[in-house]
Amino acid sequence: MTAEHLDGNALAGPLAEIFAVDVTAATGRCASCGLAGPIASLHVYGPEPGLVARCSGCEEVVLRLVRGPGVAWLDLRGAVSLRVSLPDPPDLPDLPDLPDLPG
Amino acid sequence: MTRPPRRPTWRAARLTGVRPETGSARTLRFEVPGWPGHLAGQHVDVRVTAEDGYSAQRSYSLAAPADGDAIELTVEAVPDGEVSPYLTEVIEAGDEVEIRGPVGGWFVWRPESTAPVLLVGGGAGIVPLMAMIRARRLAGSRVPFRLLYSLRDPGSRYYADELRRPDPGLDVAYLYSRSTPEGWPRLAGRIMLDDLAEGGWPADFEPDCYVCGPTGFVERAADLLLALGHAPGRVRTERFGPTGG
Repeated sequence: MTAEHLDGNALAGPLAEIFAVDVTAATGRCASCGLAGPIASLHVYGPEPGLVARCSGCEEVVLRLVRGPGVAWLDLRGAVSLRVSLPDPPDLPDLPDLPDLPG
Repeated sequence: MTRPPRRPTWRAARLTGVRPETGSARTLRFEVPGWPGHLAGQHVDVRVTAEDGYSAQRSYSLAAPADGDAIELTVEAVPDGEVSPYLTEVIEAGDEVEIRGPVGGWFVWRPESTAPVLLVGGGAGIVPLMAMIRARRLAGSRVPFRLLYSLRDPGSRYYADELRRPDPGLDVAYLYSRSTPEGWPRLAGRIMLDDLAEGGWPADFEPDCYVCGPTGFVERAADLLLALGHAPGRVRTERFGPTGG
């Protein structure tokens, strides 16, 4: 891609309309090349007609976000997984250790 | 910091003060009732609505820690932009815009962090880095900071007086890409490996590196940091694009 781009930091506001946590600090894994990294590091093109976030390694589309009147379309076709850091709620019972997800 | 997840909503923001930074940039101070606080490096979306109902929004980095309900943004006028000409030339004290935020949890510095910090700013990319410098000072943090500030020319320096004042534990170095002050030892030119090797920290110190600026500057500086051995996970980047304004 030769066009100038922004990065995934620019997704923070639009994604905050949808998600209760900050997704830009989450680790995403590219479905095309397997590269894992923060959503903030994706290459973002837009904002019109929508935001298109591409892998910084292979430039394949990881996610697309289009905001229309009264609706948002979020296309996560290029993301295998999202790993989100969360504080543990204080009232949660102890759980057995879970294996780490890759990335 | 444990705060319940809070979905940012649009809030009314009233302009209470303006400080010129350069011929084309100024710092705007807004009073935002109910402002929830923010971390250094976070940004906000600003929405401006014209009398005919047409509205446009842009993202701007917060330039300073919150002071109660007061926040500061530094905005550079982008020729032919939709929002920045209004914010840099038209808006007056008492006028209102809408602000949503804070947003962004990746490009942030937390005062409880203990790793040395390297800040690499290109042009207007200094803004979130200045928020980190101010947050460090406000918190009384003794974490050593180094700032490499790349500028087109001496007249485009933001926060000139404040960066000139001594701030123990903060080293500031300037690079000029187009023209230098008279007698400046370094030739004008884009950022080089030597600039980061001399003005930064050795990779062995495992500093947290924050790089912000135009896309080309950020890609180049981040690649150079990786070439110097810094771990990819310690090099955080934020790009300013030409879209926007």
